[in-house]
Amino acid sequence: MDKQRRKFLKMAGATALAGISAPAVVKLTSSPALASSGHGAPAEHGAAEEGHMAPAHGTEEAPKGVRLGMVIDMRKLYGKPELMEKAIAACNKVHNIPQIDSKKSEIKWIWEMPFENVFPEHSSYHASKTREENDFLVLCNHCDNPPCVRVCPTKATFVNKENGIVAMDFHRCIGCRFCMMGCPYGARSFNWENPRPYIKEYNPDFPTRMRGVVEKCNFCGERLALGKEPACLEAVKESGAIVFGDLNDPESEIRKVLEKENTIQRKPSLGTKPSVFYIV
Amino acid sequence: MIEKVFKGNSRYWMWLAVLCAFIGVGAICYIRQFLFGLGLTGMGRDLSWGLYISQFTFLVGVAAGGLMLVLPYYIHNYKVFGRLTILGEFLAIASIIMCLMFIMADIGQPLRGLNMILHPTPNSMLFWDMVVLLGYLGLNVICGWVILTAERKQVKPPKWVYIFVYVSIPFAVSIHTVTAMLYCGLPGRHFWLSAITAPRFLASAFAAGPALIVVACLIMKRVANFDAGKEAISKLTTIIMYAALINAFFVLLEFFVGYYSNIPGHKHSLEYLFFGLEHNGHVYNNLVPFMWSSVLLCFGGLGLFAYMKIRKTGTDLMIGIGCVMIFVALWLDKGLGFVMGGLVVSPLEEITEYYPTANEIGITLGIWATGFLLVTLLYKIAIGVEHEVEA
Repeated sequence: MDKQRRKFLKMAGATALAGISAPAVVKLTSSPALASSGHGAPAEHGAAEEGHMAPAHGTEEAPKGVRLGMVIDMRKLYGKPELMEKAIAACNKVHNIPQIDSKKSEIKWIWEMPFENVFPEHSSYHASKTREENDFLVLCNHCDNPPCVRVCPTKATFVNKENGIVAMDFHRCIGCRFCMMGCPYGARSFNWENPRPYIKEYNPDFPTRMRGVVEKCNFCGERLALGKEPACLEAVKESGAIVFGDLNDPESEIRKVLEKENTIQRKPSLGTKPSVFYIV
Repeated sequence: MIEKVFKGNSRYWMWLAVLCAFIGVGAICYIRQFLFGLGLTGMGRDLSWGLYISQFTFLVGVAAGGLMLVLPYYIHNYKVFGRLTILGEFLAIASIIMCLMFIMADIGQPLRGLNMILHPTPNSMLFWDMVVLLGYLGLNVICGWVILTAERKQVKPPKWVYIFVYVSIPFAVSIHTVTAMLYCGLPGRHFWLSAITAPRFLASAFAAGPALIVVACLIMKRVANFDAGKEAISKLTTIIMYAALINAFFVLLEFFVGYYSNIPGHKHSLEYLFFGLEHNGHVYNNLVPFMWSSVLLCFGGLGLFAYMKIRKTGTDLMIGIGCVMIFVALWLDKGLGFVMGGLVVSPLEEITEYYPTANEIGITLGIWATGFLLVTLLYKIAIGVEHEVEA
């Protein structure tokens, strides 16, 4: 090899390497706000947000801004499985959730489960009859400190900075399913095959998904944007079993319920700080 | 040097043909999966990682195991490994390529793979895993090739390459540490949420990688007229013994934590893997025979080595059997038990057993065959150069 050619190859190699790694370098050094630009809604991707940094016992500071949460008053759902099914059906319909009849590949955003599955840390001997006979409503907890967001390698799942919703970008997801491993609540589903043939009633207002991506409850972010309430809440509105609102607003209905009633959260010991509360 | 792969006897070509047949089947299976989706695998909502990820985890260890040759030779100037280091480096290249193939086979949207680089995510361990894997691959390609070229020309390798050699040593540790961090940073998965995961991975890697190299050396001694030397093989078996013992010790520590603390979450996986997990009147135990085979093979292999060391005997066949036993034991432990055991109890306290489908096994065998093909070709080059220098 003559010197000229070797020199050229060196230059070409270095240029190519710089070209490949440039986006990585830029993204790693830029601020979170910059990193999320061009991504639709402004979003906080990092797991370590302000307000989470100093978890002193008892005096933890809640994240600032609007923080959406949900209270599920199970007392109003005991003995009324039809109400829960109504809420689930409403969600399925609004979000084009495929109805796949196999435990292996099913997709669910909100569903029913026995108490000891939902609250393994709270289960005990001699549980009450109501607890044993009734199923509990389960959905994504939209945690303050979501492990799914921490592990996602492409920021396909992220915390929406404006309202605390843990959202999914279906177009960004590469389908590694790491978020499903990270979620300690089993709230995430994966499209093992093309879901579209399994959609019973198509709703043109919400996108359908393609195979190979993860999906889950989004707290009806798309409906909130239009000033509507979450579909599950709307379906069981007359029962008052679901309360939804801003956890950071002391005047909100949800805060009043939380101040008055004793509530529990799922697996509190994991430190994920769920935004879904249960009155059991 | 590449031309060396085109010269070989009929047995060499037969071996390549067999591997290519497996690769062909694997490719067809992959096309099926690519067109239909991951629904063709045995994975599901509750058990969403399977054979692909567990093979990836195991092979990262095989790649890191090459360190046990590189470190004594370059750091401690242990000359006996002189003829072997290149084999360790080439094995690392093939293993990492297999790892990357397993990851590609496992993701639901393989065409979006570049999102990992276009949207780098420092909070995700998977991102760092990609970084260290690609880094280690690059380092081994550079070191292996440059040193082999120098050997062929019978000159000393250029000084700059030693920087890459030394950097590759922490990289070998990092690939397996970061892979362990994929697992041990997840809340709510007791079996994986253990600080000992990374050391356990490293111990098993430092046994599995060298074991494969010893087997390869013994085969090449018969078919390719390449002798690594008695002392080198003996030292390697010592390394394998220590590493396998430390790994077994770590597994026993997991048992202590689970059973002495008596916390159900810590016990479930071990119970499922070794004794069968009873739930609602049904006993889930499909991995029990595999895990006990792993135990027997591990201690059988260790016993065989111990016998050879004490009596100072041992034929190539005995050494080979010992290494195969240890390798298979570690594969069962890490390439099967570790991932499935951690997943068997879902976050919703349901139990799902995993059975890979034929299509999934086809792809897995295809990727393993690709790895063996790469190892064969790379070793052919290395030995070709060796013979050329001797001639």
